[in-house]
Amino acid sequence: MVGDLPLHPPSGGPPPRDKLGEELVIDVRGLTKRFGGRTVVDAVDLGVARGRICGFLGPNGSGKTTTLRMICGLLIPDAGEGTVLGQDLRTRRSAIKARVGYMTQKFGLFSDLTIAENLEFFARVHGLDRRGERVAEALEKLGLTSRSDQLAGKLSGGWKQRLALAACVLHDPEILLLDEPTAGVDPQARREFWEQIHDLAAGGMTVLVSTHYMDEAERCHEIAYIAYGRMLARGSIAEVVAGSGLKALLGEGHLPDGTGADRLAKAIEARPGVAMAAPFGTALHVCGPDMAALHEAVAPWAETISFREASPSLEDVFIHLMRGAEDNSVVVSQ
Amino acid sequence: MSATALQRIGAMVFKEVRQMLRDRGTVGMMLVMPLMQLMIFGYAINNDPRGLPMAIERGDNSVFARSIDAALRNTTYFKVTELVESPGAGEAMLQRGEVQFVVTIPPDFGRDLVRGTRPQLLVTADATDPAATGNALGAIGDAVATALGHDLIGPLAARGQSQGPVDLVIHRSYNPEGITSHNVVPGLLAIVLSMTMVMLTALSVTREVEQGTMENLLATPLRPFEVMVGKIVPYLGIGVVQLSVILLAARFLFQVPFAGPLPLLLGATLLFMVTSLGLGFTLSTLAQSQLQAMQMSFFYILPSVLLSGFAFPFRGMPGWAQTLAEVLPTTHFIRLVRGIMLKGWGLVDALPEMGVLAGMLALLGFVAVRRYQDTVA
Ligand SMILES: Nc1ncnc2c1ncn2[C@@H]1O[C@H](COP(=O)(O)OP(=O)(O)OP(=O)(O)O)[C@@H](O)[C@H]1O
Ligand SMILES: [Mg+2]
Repeated sequence: MVGDLPLHPPSGGPPPRDKLGEELVIDVRGLTKRFGGRTVVDAVDLGVARGRICGFLGPNGSGKTTTLRMICGLLIPDAGEGTVLGQDLRTRRSAIKARVGYMTQKFGLFSDLTIAENLEFFARVHGLDRRGERVAEALEKLGLTSRSDQLAGKLSGGWKQRLALAACVLHDPEILLLDEPTAGVDPQARREFWEQIHDLAAGGMTVLVSTHYMDEAERCHEIAYIAYGRMLARGSIAEVVAGSGLKALLGEGHLPDGTGADRLAKAIEARPGVAMAAPFGTALHVCGPDMAALHEAVAPWAETISFREASPSLEDVFIHLMRGAEDNSVVVSQ
Repeated sequence: MSATALQRIGAMVFKEVRQMLRDRGTVGMMLVMPLMQLMIFGYAINNDPRGLPMAIERGDNSVFARSIDAALRNTTYFKVTELVESPGAGEAMLQRGEVQFVVTIPPDFGRDLVRGTRPQLLVTADATDPAATGNALGAIGDAVATALGHDLIGPLAARGQSQGPVDLVIHRSYNPEGITSHNVVPGLLAIVLSMTMVMLTALSVTREVEQGTMENLLATPLRPFEVMVGKIVPYLGIGVVQLSVILLAARFLFQVPFAGPLPLLLGATLLFMVTSLGLGFTLSTLAQSQLQAMQMSFFYILPSVLLSGFAFPFRGMPGWAQTLAEVLPTTHFIRLVRGIMLKGWGLVDALPEMGVLAGMLALLGFVAVRRYQDTVA
């Protein structure tokens, strides 16, 4: 039960679908937000189908949090339109809030309430039945039953994140918006966190999760990359990599003085046709838009270092996209 | 209001009460504050001080001079500490701050009095604190009149009539004995409530914003109005406790008369509390941080204490200050409390001031609900 709100839009049209005919539970177009004349989110389109886990990536200040807030009704877009769970983004914000779980970037539970009291509060606010049972279940699942009387503010970072997640899925939302849920969490806890997210998605929950971690991006079904407020790439990882048009060479071996190929990063990046060269341990990643040009660029070192064609990493692609967007923004502002 | 909305408000109330009870310091302060202020304003501060040091410079030893001396010693206003003979010695003591009053009885005072040539009786007062001397000066006149009234008898009675210092008579309605606490303790109810209600709400909302919990609250189906009601209810509880403390103290510690109906006072207090809470909410929508909310609350509380008629007589203020004071809810509530408790106001008497408060509440509620968004920016 989700309160006094009708479950379906008053208009009752058919749900929006993606190109494969899957139902889009998030479907927004041209989403724009300005703060004091500065466009922070610029005409963002985003569609996410039910049960998918979509990774939301982008540099600091690129507008991820702002976009998530617009999707869950916490901000009203300055331009753009769309539906979330079939509800109009502008006019049905309360209805959306009741069916979405949003985990804020900053820990936002009540630090002066205990773990159990925090969960109980959210159960009450959502008007859930069997409150005690649900809270006990959530505590059990968290493994916090024995510590349920501890103040939430006293928990360590990883446990705070787990509690926050538990609080925002308590009401079985259909969409879960997670804003950097694993920032500062240890690898073990992160893995468990992601296992839980996959379990939830398998149960039909749609997840949009922002992150800065590449390994987390690879755990998603699909990704969206935003920089300077603009959506630059969208799709599965393979699609995004292919769509970037980026080619890569992996250089391994030792220079005459015994040092690794990684030492060449600066020299090779300065060569024409190279977008970037990044060291990976003692190896070197060289990327550029054209494979022939890449081979030519590394030719002077080809004697000692063996360069072989490789697929660019997601990180290569993102950095490339970000640099391209920077160039764009310079041009636009002139 | 639907059942689910009530449930959400209930959730807020529950949370607020829990957080409040966990914050022992604040709860303690809210309970101790009225007591502390009662002690300070009810006992320590006195606008009608007694036992003020006085020197009498007696240049005449007639029966009249001696009975004036005796009468001055008899009033509780003065403590006659010195009896000086040499001219000018009293003045020097006044200068040094050893006494606050010098009464000079000139030579030949008795003889001139009998002759009917109206001798001078010089009273020099240290008036650096006018509030402290005003009533006492009146008492001197009374004492002199009483003393001479006893002595100017028979053929001299006619002299007595011309001596009457009529303009110094102290006359106060509703509080004939001029007991400061009768006036102060009811006013204190208004001050304590303004302080707690306005500051607590302003702080509690900005705290949620500052700690990032507001974003979580607003991401749930809670509506702004429900958050407001949920926060107001527990504070009303605190206000009722403060009200009880002050009323009990007024009754049993200060013996303040209670002339009007108690339910009317309770109704007026409830109205004032909700108005103050509305003001606190409005401030919280303007403040960026808890510190700012605190400063804004003080910005309101200071004029409430100084201009509302609590600390200084309302009619003693210049016109602009009176106009400013009319805008403050505290001013109207102070009139209500004093009216109901001391003057025995009934509903009809109280209605105009309550109407003003209700108008303010409507305005503040409107502004608060309008400004209090269900979005984060
Ligand atoms: N309420 C606001 N008022 C003014 N500017 C804002 C506001 N919220 C965000 N911004 C600005 O908008 C830009 C985008 O912010 P946003 O928080 O959406 O970025 P982000 O992608 O989430 O960054 P991060 O990875 O650091 O969390 C930033 O430059 C930020 O300063
Ligand atoms: Mg962010």
